Amino acid sequence: MKDKNPSNPGPSSPELNSKENDSSTGFTGKKVSRRDMLRLTGVGGLGLLLGGGGIGSIIAARSAAAPNRAVQASAALADSIPFFGEHQAGILTPAQNFLCFAAFDLTTTNLSDVKKLFQAWTTTAASLTSGQLIGNVNDNPNLPPTDTGEADGLSPSRCTLTFGVGPSFFDGRLGLGSQRPASFQDLPVFTGDNLEPQWCGGDLCVQACADDMQVAFHAIRNLARIARGTAVLRWTQEGFQRSSGADPKGATPRNLLGFKDGTGNPDVTDRKEMDTVVWNNSGDGPSWMNGGTYMAVRRVMLRIEVWDRSNLSDQEATFGRHRQTGAPIGAKDEFDDLDLKATDASGKLIIPENSHSALAHGDGTVKMLRRSYSYSSGMNLKTGQLDAGLLFISFQRDLVKQFVSIQQRLSKIDKLNEYMTHTGSAVFACFPGTRKGGYIGQSLLG
Amino acid sequence: MKFSYVVPVGLLAASILFAGCGSNENNGNTASDSNTTADAQVATTAPGTTEAAADFTAAIDKYRTYVIEQCDAFVKETENFINAVKEGKLEEAKALYAPARMYYERIEPIAEALGDLDPNIDARENDVDATEWRGFHRIEKSLWVEKTTKGMETTADILLKDAQLLRAKVETADIDANLLVTGAVELLNEVSSSKVTGEEERYSHTDLYDFVANVEGAEKIYELLKPELAKIDPTLEQTIGERFAALKTELAPFKVGEGYVSYEELKEEEVRKLSQSLDALAEPLSNMGTILGV
Repeated sequence: MKDKNPSNPGPSSPELNSKENDSSTGFTGKKVSRRDMLRLTGVGGLGLLLGGGGIGSIIAARSAAAPNRAVQASAALADSIPFFGEHQAGILTPAQNFLCFAAFDLTTTNLSDVKKLFQAWTTTAASLTSGQLIGNVNDNPNLPPTDTGEADGLSPSRCTLTFGVGPSFFDGRLGLGSQRPASFQDLPVFTGDNLEPQWCGGDLCVQACADDMQVAFHAIRNLARIARGTAVLRWTQEGFQRSSGADPKGATPRNLLGFKDGTGNPDVTDRKEMDTVVWNNSGDGPSWMNGGTYMAVRRVMLRIEVWDRSNLSDQEATFGRHRQTGAPIGAKDEFDDLDLKATDASGKLIIPENSHSALAHGDGTVKMLRRSYSYSSGMNLKTGQLDAGLLFISFQRDLVKQFVSIQQRLSKIDKLNEYMTHTGSAVFACFPGTRKGGYIGQSLLG
Repeated sequence: MKFSYVVPVGLLAASILFAGCGSNENNGNTASDSNTTADAQVATTAPGTTEAAADFTAAIDKYRTYVIEQCDAFVKETENFINAVKEGKLEEAKALYAPARMYYERIEPIAEALGDLDPNIDARENDVDATEWRGFHRIEKSLWVEKTTKGMETTADILLKDAQLLRAKVETADIDANLLVTGAVELLNEVSSSKVTGEEERYSHTDLYDFVANVEGAEKIYELLKPELAKIDPTLEQTIGERFAALKTELAPFKVGEGYVSYEELKEEEVRKLSQSLDALAEPLSNMGTILGV
């Protein structure tokens, strides 16, 4: 990028960057061969000045590349969701087809290292969500490319990256103990919990969602790579929903038990409702969380084989809904009101009070925004059964008042408990959105 | 242990070739003209800048001296080891096995660049055809699994000859800056791929000896290239230094006397921590190629 000779088509020229579009939209229509690329970069001295490893150099690389890459980004890529904004994306964003979730542990106790990591993640996230290569040392034969390459030429695929920090982030290692919001702590143990440490907690989290699994994986892989020396992976989980290709109308997705899941979710287009249910405001706690939200993550293993042996009427009584339509039992339409007082001729409640819908709904005053994905992790080697379930994710303004209060109800008597067990648990404080020129977590780290 | 390796010269040549084309097609700009800072010109081994290639001469010479020192010690310790094997001293042979190998593990990329020497000396079971399997790990299996030195006499003699051949060949082996840079990373990749998993020393469980030796070999190269690296990217140079220190701190508790604990004694989370510390080092180290230019 230090090429000062205007007659020299350096590596940052639009022609060169157009390689990502060659096979699709054809930004300039001009093909640049691999050979040309090497020739051009050989002349331009790309990477020589910007090379190096670690976080600092990747930041340097990104900022040098930004202007030219922006041209490319605006030229195409309608399926790009902006990374920068008032709130983080990936929360109100209609769920993409795939999830790649990663929890990290810090290996540093130095706050400035953490700040550098978030700064590097910010520039990287901006690239990832707009379908651009990370960094610009991608053509130097003497260096590993700054982008691992598997998403090269792929569209952004509505990729969103949502960042948060766990309660352990405030345990004193970084000197941030006083910044921990009062009600932000690890979840209490719920009845029936069967938590395994390898699926719990984390100092940091990244929720990567995209309509393409390779794009989502690429994001987590590269963020983990950049974190090396500052943070290490603690646990990861991939997830999926029915794809938008298989369900172009975008009906409520079904979970692996075959039931529609998310019917009772609050309306993400209702700004007032979101301010009530999801976003923190100035009265809620420390100011760094204004515009942020709390995430609850639960890895729920479903006893698929047991479920598959229960009859339809028992399955429907378990959910309190009809399987095919998703309507409350006794109703016709999925979105019909959940009438928890309705009784049959004998005076018995039509929707059992221990059904999942009845308990989750409660008196209707406490809501949270669910954004879960199914997971399938091969076979359970002990049982020979499928290891599959739900990576439950919810966003709420207050974990204790919302998630905990609902989950305490559910964990005690939910009829669904017979068919599942919670194996993982984590909570994260998801920062407010990042402004252009700012970085993830800036409101906390200054 | 790795049989395929990139031919460093080929890579470098490719870079020269393409850069050269660029010069011709861009109104006579030469490749070195486009390097706009003094640092860049000092560092580049690119085309036509013969004085740049000379910049690594000192480091290469020092590295060859190091390799020869290691090889001398390797031949000597291998001789002690095979003598114990041939004299039927089982416990003595077992004690000499891992320390002798460390000299080899420090300079493994050089051996890998010298034809069949690496498989002959260091192949693990199933790396090569059963009929061709020889070297340290064949004897390792006999000592730890078959619990005898018997039948290993010929294998022992051949191993010493292979070690002596390695010593003879390193005098004239092609060593260039690219080999140093890729060799340092390869040493750590060796650790990631086979030592961390405990596959390298599957019978003796002396993997930590190899682990430490590979890291020491990589650190030696880093130290030799440090002055150049400090000119081009001081932050990177510092980061690598810090991560070597961090990894060595992680390894320290496993040292017992002059040796290391059995790999079987490591808990799962201890292995993972070592692996993650190694990755944290290998990532910036893999960018040391920045001193080679483009």
